[in-house]
Amino acid sequence: MEVITRGAVIPEPGNSVENKTGTWRVFKPIIHYEKCIRCLICWQFCPEPAILKIDDEKVKKETPAPKEPLKRLPVVEIDYDYCKGCGICYNECPVNAIEFVKEEK
Amino acid sequence: MKVMIRGNESIAYAFKLARVQVVPAYPITPSTLVPEKISEFIANGEMKAEFVPVESEHSALSAAIGASAKGVRVGTATASQGLALMHEILFIASGMRLPIVMGIGNRALSAPINIWCDHQDMMSQRDAGWMQFYAESNQEGLDLGVMAFKIAEDERVLLPAMVGIDAFVLTHTVEPVELPEQKEVDDFLGEFVPHYVTLDPEKPATLGSFGFPEHYMEFKYGQWIAMERAKKVIDEVFSKFEEKFGRKYAKVTPEFTEDADILLVTMGSMTSTTREFVKRMRENGKKVGLVKLTVFRPFPKEELKEILKNAKVVAVLERNISFGFGGAVYAEISSALSSLKEKPKIVDFIIGLGGRDITFKSLEAALRIAERAMKEEVDEINWIDVNKEAVLKAEGLL
Amino acid sequence: MSENYENMEFFAPGHGMCAGCAAPIIVRWILKLAGPNTIVTNATGCLEVVTTAYPRTSWRVPWLHIAFENAAAAAAGVEAATRAKGEKLNIIAFGGDGGTVDIGFQALSGMVERGHNVLYILYDNEAYMNTGIQRSGATPWGAWTTTSKVGNANPIGKMRPKKPIAKILAAHDIPYAATANPAFFQDFKKKVKKALSIEGPKFLHVLSSCTTGWRHDPSKTIEILRLATDTGLFPLYEIENGDFENMRITYKPKKFKPVEEYLKMQGRFRHLFKNPEYVKKLQRDVDEWWAKYGKYYCP
Repeated sequence: MEVITRGAVIPEPGNSVENKTGTWRVFKPIIHYEKCIRCLICWQFCPEPAILKIDDEKVKKETPAPKEPLKRLPVVEIDYDYCKGCGICYNECPVNAIEFVKEEK
Repeated sequence: MKVMIRGNESIAYAFKLARVQVVPAYPITPSTLVPEKISEFIANGEMKAEFVPVESEHSALSAAIGASAKGVRVGTATASQGLALMHEILFIASGMRLPIVMGIGNRALSAPINIWCDHQDMMSQRDAGWMQFYAESNQEGLDLGVMAFKIAEDERVLLPAMVGIDAFVLTHTVEPVELPEQKEVDDFLGEFVPHYVTLDPEKPATLGSFGFPEHYMEFKYGQWIAMERAKKVIDEVFSKFEEKFGRKYAKVTPEFTEDADILLVTMGSMTSTTREFVKRMRENGKKVGLVKLTVFRPFPKEELKEILKNAKVVAVLERNISFGFGGAVYAEISSALSSLKEKPKIVDFIIGLGGRDITFKSLEAALRIAERAMKEEVDEINWIDVNKEAVLKAEGLL
Repeated sequence: MSENYENMEFFAPGHGMCAGCAAPIIVRWILKLAGPNTIVTNATGCLEVVTTAYPRTSWRVPWLHIAFENAAAAAAGVEAATRAKGEKLNIIAFGGDGGTVDIGFQALSGMVERGHNVLYILYDNEAYMNTGIQRSGATPWGAWTTTSKVGNANPIGKMRPKKPIAKILAAHDIPYAATANPAFFQDFKKKVKKALSIEGPKFLHVLSSCTTGWRHDPSKTIEILRLATDTGLFPLYEIENGDFENMRITYKPKKFKPVEEYLKMQGRFRHLFKNPEYVKKLQRDVDEWWAKYGKYYCP
């Protein structure tokens, strides 16, 4: 995109992905997959969104899960490029599978 | 085809002939007849457009921006307080570079509330980034209305435009108007193609973004460039119009100016009265000429300089007042002529505010001062036809 | 509406909303439910400012901002243009509480009265947060804001109740007016889908917490929003065609939590605990509301 457009139009949809808001983070959520029941609540409530829902068969199988049948479900993954560390996922996780630790800089 | 129509109908016909697709409008005296007429055209099936009867002028222009941003041709109309209420949004329409055309029934601003003619409403929006055209007659209202779309939508311009028609003197007065054929106007304007980014789900763009200091000034410079380029585009469109329809337009039109000592500068309907007055003065052997200003934004500096440079006195007749300075047109003409080595004396006449008639007597009073200015110093700013004594008493000065 | 876009994101990360702000959750999901054939208009406010800082935007649908008070009028213009072009799109207007219940109220009232096919979303964080937490017509009784300050002469903060905007919009007899809360996710989704499926003007009042203005820990956003409804303070209901007699309360807690559970989590209400009467007053207001309207609960 040109430096200046007529009328301050932004013609590139969603190019805010250039802003890596992960640098804002003070606390960092970490998913413990062996506890994660893949309920997607964290994905649902992420305001960025910085939690990805991964529906790839290989990833679903290879990611640990507390019970084998859960491996049929999509996996969540935190995109630390954008995660601001609000902790909503940590607070809302019904099985305490997300740890919230001080970010190491 | 010759029709007998009021000035407001000229604007409505211009919209109809331009095949305007969305008209958001709010009633206000004296421009109410524009939306009424549009509503009638649509009801009769003569015009295919969406009329949006908004709840305020602020919303009228907001909806106009929404529709224009969606990529359709948009027209609206207002006057006076309505235009003032739009003030905030005017800058946004031009900043977003949307070619909206708006008819203005030029009317005084409150207080006291007054529904009659002057140019205070449009003059007060001088810096809003809109092109400004002032019509002398209903014919001009229609022609300028049609041309405004062509100029505004030009890829080199992309700025909104206002066409002013004087309250009552034009808005409500029936005059014979040559109504162009639809086909001719279609040929002249061509099919509407937005030369700007629109709201399109196929290409999702963000319109109306937030500008930081590192970019803001560039956007303003863009508007400046567009307004400068509009000068040439206006000339081109005026001459194309003349070719096609045979009616001649210019940003500034000189009449009886060659040997004139005194030039009377006018805008809008007062031009007709002044023309007759100048003819009478010429019969009396007075070297008086007329300069009609049709385009106020972009300001035709160069043309005015050329036309006014040889006069002894330039008498600016204007229906507006910038309190604490004088007339806005006077200010701009003074600035336009400032680079001349030998420049005429420029005298300002505040005249015909709030619908006060501009008569031969008013013009004679102004001319007397202009004639005196050839020999001696006169006041820079002169109020014509005012009961000064009564005012001075009210202000405790007498 | 047949296609499901829930796995797509039409609102991109990299925006500047505060960590823990509820508004992007609301926006993200409304866009997912609406899909790509959507045009958004947005009132001036946090959401507009920090998602479109030139030259970057978080929006992946066409988006228009004009000013503070005219998101509804802008949407009306867009909608009229789509009609003129014979297009069928979702037109969604987003406004905060200031831009909706205060300065934008006239344009909103006019838009719905004219019957535009627009879904208006109020994301209500109960004050002018973008300008720094000033009270609005949607600020609740007892809230501290920077223009309803708490001191010796005013121990309460805002002394007027919240404007019942959903009821006011319902009183326009529009096809659909409802309140929603993202913490009650299925109810929220159901209402958005329903609103999108209805032709004509729709209004959705969505509660949206603001970590800085409400003064709470960012991780508690959903928890606090949940409490707003579980205490009965922010009831979830819908009213169709202005038929108040058949208004439906769509959620009723099995057991109401005391209002103080909601209040104590937020700094803006801290002063209320200095006088037990204040908390009691708010509890009384809630109890009265439910005594009056509870019969409309319709699961």
